[in-house]
Amino acid sequence: MNNTTDIVMIFLVLTNLTLLGLSRLGTCIRIVAVQGMVLGLLPLLLNGWNLEFHLIFFSVAIITLKGIVFPWMLRKTLRELNTHREIEPFIGYGTSIALGTVIFVICMWLSSRLSLPVATTSTRIVPVAFFTIMSGLFLIISRKKAITQVLGYLVMENGIYIFGVALVEKQPILVELGILLDVFVAVFVMGITMFHINREFNHIDTDRLSRLKV
Amino acid sequence: MMFILKLFNVIIALAAAPLLLGIINRTKATFAGRTGQPLLQLYYDIWKLLRKGTVYSRSISWIFRIGPVIGLSVVLIVTAIIPIGGLPTFISFKGDLIFFAYLFGLSRFFTVLMAMDTGSSFEGMGASREVTFSTLSEPALLIGLAAVAKYTGYISLSQMFSSVNLGVWLNAGPAFVLVGFAFLTVFLTENSRIPIDDPNTHLELTMIHEVMILDHSGPDLAMILYGAAVKMWLLGVILIDIVVPVHSGNVLLDVLAAMFFMVLLAVVVGIIESSMARLRLLYVPQLLVGATILSILALILVLR
Repeated sequence: MNNTTDIVMIFLVLTNLTLLGLSRLGTCIRIVAVQGMVLGLLPLLLNGWNLEFHLIFFSVAIITLKGIVFPWMLRKTLRELNTHREIEPFIGYGTSIALGTVIFVICMWLSSRLSLPVATTSTRIVPVAFFTIMSGLFLIISRKKAITQVLGYLVMENGIYIFGVALVEKQPILVELGILLDVFVAVFVMGITMFHINREFNHIDTDRLSRLKV
Repeated sequence: MMFILKLFNVIIALAAAPLLLGIINRTKATFAGRTGQPLLQLYYDIWKLLRKGTVYSRSISWIFRIGPVIGLSVVLIVTAIIPIGGLPTFISFKGDLIFFAYLFGLSRFFTVLMAMDTGSSFEGMGASREVTFSTLSEPALLIGLAAVAKYTGYISLSQMFSSVNLGVWLNAGPAFVLVGFAFLTVFLTENSRIPIDDPNTHLELTMIHEVMILDHSGPDLAMILYGAAVKMWLLGVILIDIVVPVHSGNVLLDVLAAMFFMVLLAVVVGIIESSMARLRLLYVPQLLVGATILSILALILVLR
């Protein structure tokens, strides 16, 4: 029983590590989509597949948004941009993966020190949540392309979501849907922003945007 | 009785090892729509080479001559360490998992020295690549073994493998899946298979292992080919012992099951080789680092 959750957790860790080591933006988007779909199934899995209406509704909402709508929007943006690869990130891919492992170890240690008010269903869910947040942050600080940073933002949000699912027995559905709406708007706005940045400057390298003043 | 079983363990490895390569080549041939070489081709090759004379270059030293012998003897020792299907082994002591890993290291060291001894820059290039890639695959193997050792509580290969059973998959399934994938990568790397190295080409840009043995001939080459085949068998056995451990209690049944899975492994390798291209040399380190990461993750999971 617990094993299924563990397999899902490992899968999430592996998707995060893959994201850290990939340069093709299209594949990155696909991985984030897969991650989103797995996350959608997570509340059902943690509640032992008892199919209550609000759980199913929640899962379907998550899968539609994180698994289909966000990737579709990002893919659409990517098509309009003339870039397909993250070239020369601040931190290389091999180093990123290695640092990712270090971060994972730190997250394991951190969550073992953390005393939570309620018991979680799996001992691995909290470190994985931390790790997902951290790898999202890492993507944001180590990559240059705006689109990878948006992906990092999404991954970070995924981590926060895992944390919420792990701690709360019954989903406060309004809160989660509110957050989802925020993320939706954010991705929407960032998509438009990227399009405009690209149209003005012919690139989406955020580190070169400081030359605006000149 | 115990002695016979131990002997049996060695004999299986020594007798069946070249067959593995035959099965891989047959699978590849089937995928390509060819008939392919006979399953026993490597046995014929070795027999042919053993009857031939050896040609030595004038510029070589004694290293070139003893290299193949060391390679073969290392492999013979390792056959006495690694158990197939829960058979007892001649050599078993605490920490022999490191012993076996570095015996292969010793044989690699001499292969590299032999390649450099010929003075050919071409072989030196192969040696350099071999050393680079094996440096990266070594942590994947050792950390993976450490994870299994930590889970089972034994640091001797034969005890370790005999306590890995199907129940392990219920308790620590995810960790063992990770170790399995890491070891498959190590298996492909150490045996110079696609996607790390292409064993069929003799094109200077692509080969790693093949290039180092270009100057060998006759019985020397036979020893190297046979040693490589047995090494492949032994590493395969480690993979099989961890991924599909069958301990039914009946020795014969266990061994047959393990043999069946070895054939399956060969077919899987054949399929991998038919469906993938060789990786660009630059991407190989990434793959190996990935394998190491999988091993580390497995170790973390087991430690918790």
